Amino acid sequence: MDKCKYDWPAAGERSLIGKRIKRIDGPAKASGQAKYTYDINRPGLLFGKIYRSPYAHAKITALDTSEAEKLPGVKTVQVILGVGKETNWVGDEIVALAAESEEIAEDALGKIKVQFEELPYLVLEENLEQAGDHAKSAGGKTAGDPAKAFSDPDVVISEGYYGIQTITHCCLEAHGNVAEWTGEKLLTYSSTQNVPGLPSQIGQSLREQGVNVPDKNIETICNYVGGGFGSKFGPDEWGIHVAQLAKAAGKPVKLMLDRNMEMEAAGARPSSYAQIKVAAKKDGTLVAWDSHSWGTGGPTGTGMPPLPYVLEIPNSSTQHTSISTNTGPARAWRAPDHPQAAVLTMGALEDLAAKLNMDPIEFLSKNADLAAGGRGKVYREEFQIAAELADWQKNWHPRGDKTTSHIKRGMGVSMHTWGGRGHNSMCNVTIHPDGSVEVTIGSQDLGTGTRTVIAIVAAETFGLPVEAITVNIGDSKYPPDNASGGSTTVGGVSASTRRGSVDALSQLFALVAPSLGVPTDQLVAVGGHIQAKGDDSKKLTWKEACAKLQVKSIQAMGKNPDASKCKLGDSGVGGVQIADVSVDTETGLVKINKMVAVQDCGLIIDLKTAESQCLGAMIMGISYALFEQKIMDQITGRMLNNNMEFYKLAGIGDIGELVVHMMTGPGYDERGTIGLGEPPVISPGAAISNAVANAIGVRVPTIPLTPDKVLAALEKGRAERRSALGRAPLAPTEGGVA
Amino acid sequence: MRRKKRNSPELPPEGLSRRDFLKGASMAVSTGLLAAPQAGAAAPEPSPGVLGPGAVPITLQINGKAHSLKVEPRVTLLDALRNQLDLTGAKKVCDRGVCGACTVILDGRPVYACNVLAIEAEGHRLETIEGLATTGEIHPVTAAFVEHDAQQCGFCTPGFVVACKAFLDKHPDPTREDVERGLGGNLCRCGTYAGIREAVLDAAKTLKGGRANG
Repeated sequence: MDKCKYDWPAAGERSLIGKRIKRIDGPAKASGQAKYTYDINRPGLLFGKIYRSPYAHAKITALDTSEAEKLPGVKTVQVILGVGKETNWVGDEIVALAAESEEIAEDALGKIKVQFEELPYLVLEENLEQAGDHAKSAGGKTAGDPAKAFSDPDVVISEGYYGIQTITHCCLEAHGNVAEWTGEKLLTYSSTQNVPGLPSQIGQSLREQGVNVPDKNIETICNYVGGGFGSKFGPDEWGIHVAQLAKAAGKPVKLMLDRNMEMEAAGARPSSYAQIKVAAKKDGTLVAWDSHSWGTGGPTGTGMPPLPYVLEIPNSSTQHTSISTNTGPARAWRAPDHPQAAVLTMGALEDLAAKLNMDPIEFLSKNADLAAGGRGKVYREEFQIAAELADWQKNWHPRGDKTTSHIKRGMGVSMHTWGGRGHNSMCNVTIHPDGSVEVTIGSQDLGTGTRTVIAIVAAETFGLPVEAITVNIGDSKYPPDNASGGSTTVGGVSASTRRGSVDALSQLFALVAPSLGVPTDQLVAVGGHIQAKGDDSKKLTWKEACAKLQVKSIQAMGKNPDASKCKLGDSGVGGVQIADVSVDTETGLVKINKMVAVQDCGLIIDLKTAESQCLGAMIMGISYALFEQKIMDQITGRMLNNNMEFYKLAGIGDIGELVVHMMTGPGYDERGTIGLGEPPVISPGAAISNAVANAIGVRVPTIPLTPDKVLAALEKGRAERRSALGRAPLAPTEGGVA
Repeated sequence: MRRKKRNSPELPPEGLSRRDFLKGASMAVSTGLLAAPQAGAAAPEPSPGVLGPGAVPITLQINGKAHSLKVEPRVTLLDALRNQLDLTGAKKVCDRGVCGACTVILDGRPVYACNVLAIEAEGHRLETIEGLATTGEIHPVTAAFVEHDAQQCGFCTPGFVVACKAFLDKHPDPTREDVERGLGGNLCRCGTYAGIREAVLDAAKTLKGGRANG
C-alpha cells in the first residue's frame, strides 16, 4: 500500500501513541478546579425549577400559577403544558420558573396549583398479556427455513425466557443548563455530549416558540460534563425553557434537574424480554433461531434489538412487539440495543451449550465464523486469551456447582460487536511563533479521554511532549466536530488532529528548510527538534524553528473525513468477556470474584484511558447485571426508586478483580482508530447471568440478578427436579433448604 | 449491607443546640413564616436560641479561612459552599446523603455536606477539596487519582479524593478490604473504582513515606 502523508507513524516510530499516558485534565478534575455546568456561577444568577406531572397520564384541567408569581424572589413563571394538554409520564414538565435562590424556587413550586383528570396508563411491560393496546407489532425478519431446521430430528433444541430491565442513566451531573442573554445573543453552559449540535437545536425550538434568535447568536459551552452515557444529545424541554426564563427575567438562570426528575425523566435504557428457541446439531453447529421479543422505551415503545446477536444463525425467525408505556422516554444508552441483544442471545446460547454438554467457549468458538465481517478468527483469538486470563480450564465446570457448600461458584462468557467509525470532525491546529501549539475542536470530553487523545496525536506528530499541546474543546464556536455518541469521537478527533497537525508541520518545514539546507521532504520532527531525517547534525529546536515565524502563526485545518485516501480509522470491533461469580444459595446474593475483558479497537492512542473505558464498562455492567432497575409501580404510575438510595449502583466493594486485555499490534494497529466507549459495556450482563446459571444450575431468566430472583429460580429448579422424579412439590415451609 | 453510611454529625454549634433549632423551625412553620421567606430582606429579630426563618449571618471556617455569609437556616452546607462561596468542588448529586460527591471534612471527619445545614457547620473546622492544594502543589491523594486514572467524567472525583484523604488520615496503612469498606460511602457512575482502589493504596504509601521523612 502506498504511504500516505497522514498515515499513523509506524510502530517503531511512535513515542506516545499506544503508551499509557495520564489524562491531561486529570489534575483539574481531581482537585475540584474543573468547572462543570452545575458549577457555573454568574453575577445575578437566578435558579430555575420545574413543576412536573405527578401522574403517569393525565389531562390538565386547571392551572393557577398566580400564587407562585406573587412570592417574593420569584422572577418569572412560564407554563410549558397548559390547560387541556396531557402529561404522559411522571415527571413530564408543566411549569418552569426562576427565582433568586434555589430555596425560593422550591417554595414557588409548592404554590402552583394544578388540577388533573387522571387517564388510563401503563407503566409495566414484562407481562405482555397485560399490555393490551399498548402493544404493537414491530415487525421481524426470517432467513432460511427455520421450521424445517427445527424439525430436523438430529438437532438439539433449547427454549427459554430471557429479559433485561429498564435502567436509568443516572448521570452524576444532572441534566441542565445555565442560560445567559447579552442583548440578542444567547450563551448556554450546557451539560451535554453534543456541544456542536446544541445551538441549532436550541435556536429552532426557540423560534418555534416565538423567540426570534438566529443560530449564529447562540453559543454553547461545556468544558466538563458529569456523565452522559447517551442521555445528553439534545437541549430537552428544560434547555429551551431555561433560555426563555433568562430572557424574561433579564438575568442568567441556572436550571439543573433535581435528582428525582433526573431518574424519572432524563434517563432510560429500554427493556427487552424474549421467548427464544435455538437449535444446534449435536456437534454444536448452530442451525436455527426463533424469537419473539418485546420491550418498552417509554411513550414511543422500542424497536427490536439485533437478534440473534453477533452470530448470524442461518435459519432464523424474529418478531418483535413494541410496548408504549407512560414512563420517561428512552434515551440512547451506551451501545443502544446491544446489551439487550447480548443478554437475550448469549443466555439462550449458554443454555443450549449446557444442553449439548459443551463448554460454552468451545461452542461459541466453533460458531464464531457466523459473525459478520469475517471476524471469527479474531473472536477465537480473544476467547483463547480471555480463557487463559480467567483460568477457565481450571475453574469452569459443567452447569451446576456440585460441591456441598451453599456458596456456588460459576463462570460465564459473552461476546459482542460494535462499529465505532470516527465521525465528521474539523480541527484548527495553530503553531505560534513562541513555539506554543493549540489544537481547537468543537468537541467534548465525556470522561473518555478526548482531550488527552487530541493532545497525544498532535504531540506525536510534532515530536513534542504531551504537555506542550494546549487543547481547546467544549465551545460551539470552535471548528465543528460532532456529538459524542456511538464510540465515534476518538476516531473523528484523532483523524482531524492528525491531518491538521501534519499540514501545519509541512508549513513549518517549508519555512525552516532553507536555513537547514535540507529539502522539506527530508525533514522530521522528533524529540523536540526539527531535523534532517537520519542526520541530527542539521537541526533546530522546536522553539528555534517556530521563531522563524516571526509574528505570524501557522494555522491548518484538519478534517475527517477528507479527500485524501489515507486510512486513519475503521469500523467494526469485537470483544469477549468472562465472569467468575459466587452465589450464596441461602441468601441469593451474587458476588463477583473476577471479570476478564478482551477487546479490540484498532490502533489505540492512549492505552491508559482505553483500559479505563473497559474497566469502567465492566463496573457499569456489574451494576446493571446485579443491582440497577427502574422500578415502576402500576398502582401509582410512579418510579418507586427515583433516588440514589434505592436505585442501587455498584459500590467499590462490589467489583471483584478486573482484568483487561487490549488486542494491539499487527492485525489491529493498521486498521487505524476505532471507538471504544460502547463495546465493552455490552457483554457484562450476559456473562454474569451465564456465570450465575453455571453456578447454581438453573437460569435466572431476567437481570438484574437480585437475591429474590436468584432464590425464586433455585426454588423453581428444585420443584422441577422433584416433579421429574415424580414427587409432590414441597410445602412452602420446607422450601428453604437446598 | 453493601455500603457503610456516614451519619451526619451530631453538631452542637456554639450557642445553638439541635433541639433549639428544631424548636425554632416548628415555631416558624406554625406561624406560616417558613413558607414565605422574605428574599433579601433582613432576618426578623430572632428569639434567643432561635434562628430564621430569614437569612442569618454566620461565619464558616473553611480551609483555614473565615467566610462570613448570610443564609436561611434551611440552607445546606453544600448549597452555601456552592451557591454563595463559589466553592464548587463538592458536587450536588443525590442531595440526600447517599453518594458522597459532596464529601467535606468537618473537624477531621468526612461528612456529606448535603446532610449538614450551613448554620450547623458554624464553629467547626471545615476542609474542602479546594483546601487540599493550598500550597499550589498537588496533594498526594489527588496525584494518585491522576496517576491511576481513577476518574472519568470526574464528577464524583473531588468527593472521593476528600473521603480518601479523611480515610487515610485515620487508616494510614489500609488493606484493599479496608479501602472497599472505608470508601463504600461514595458512588461513581463511570466505573472508576478499580483505579480508585489502586490510587488509595498508592497514596497511603506516599503519605506514609512523607510522614516518615518529615
